[in-house]
Amino acid sequence: MNEIVNVIIFILIILGAFLNLVAAFGVIRLPDVYTRNHAASKATTLGISAILLATFLYYYLEVGHFNARILLAIVFLFLTSPVSGHLINRAAYYSGVPLWEKSVRDELKTEKKQQL
Amino acid sequence: MKTKENDIILQTCTKVVLFIIILFSVHSFFAGHYEPGGGFIGGLMTSGALVLLLIAYDKKTVAKILPIDYKIMIAVGLLFAVGTAAGAIFFNVPFLTHAFGHIDLPILGDTSLHTATLFDLGVYLVVIGVTMTIIQTIGEDE
Repeated sequence: MNEIVNVIIFILIILGAFLNLVAAFGVIRLPDVYTRNHAASKATTLGISAILLATFLYYYLEVGHFNARILLAIVFLFLTSPVSGHLINRAAYYSGVPLWEKSVRDELKTEKKQQL
Repeated sequence: MKTKENDIILQTCTKVVLFIIILFSVHSFFAGHYEPGGGFIGGLMTSGALVLLLIAYDKKTVAKILPIDYKIMIAVGLLFAVGTAAGAIFFNVPFLTHAFGHIDLPILGDTSLHTATLFDLGVYLVVIGVTMTIIQTIGEDE
């Protein structure tokens, strides 16, 4: 039982750290704001949630302390991180940041012309 | 771009997240005696929730939801702090001496009550009042 719990916690922490590393690589490697934001806001949300879940499981199963604040933090991150990504992207689009030159589709363009 | 903005995602998210933030701030306010937390952090977090409301909606809507004069809130908080400090004088003990005890409340049972919580409530109200006064005075410079 104890070993299984340790292995699950180990896997969750490694997975979370790996996802955050992938997100950091995405921010460096991807060509424009929108794809970079896409990498950062998705992968880090899942990565940090995995690390927090591993922390919660460790304190609950090894120490015997039910820490509800960690669960609340996971819910909070899942709610707010995509919304902040959306708001950053929208602000970038409406202030005229160009898309990557190889992008093929921009369906918001007509809408933007009408608003301007 | 001064056209009508469509902020529905931010506003819907704010409606859910606001209650989580306020609940957490009240929790850290009451946990301040035994765990990290207290009046200052709780007040800052509550005013953070109110600032989120100000970002998602405009100032008139927030004033309609919460018709509070934050300058009066500062005065009430200072009154709480001075009141709990000055209450000690009537019991022939030095200024700022606090009292505590275990009291059997009707529903809650055995509760340990401490007058430092009332002092902390004063700090809480003052922090909310000062933060919101600063932000609202900066915000309305038209």
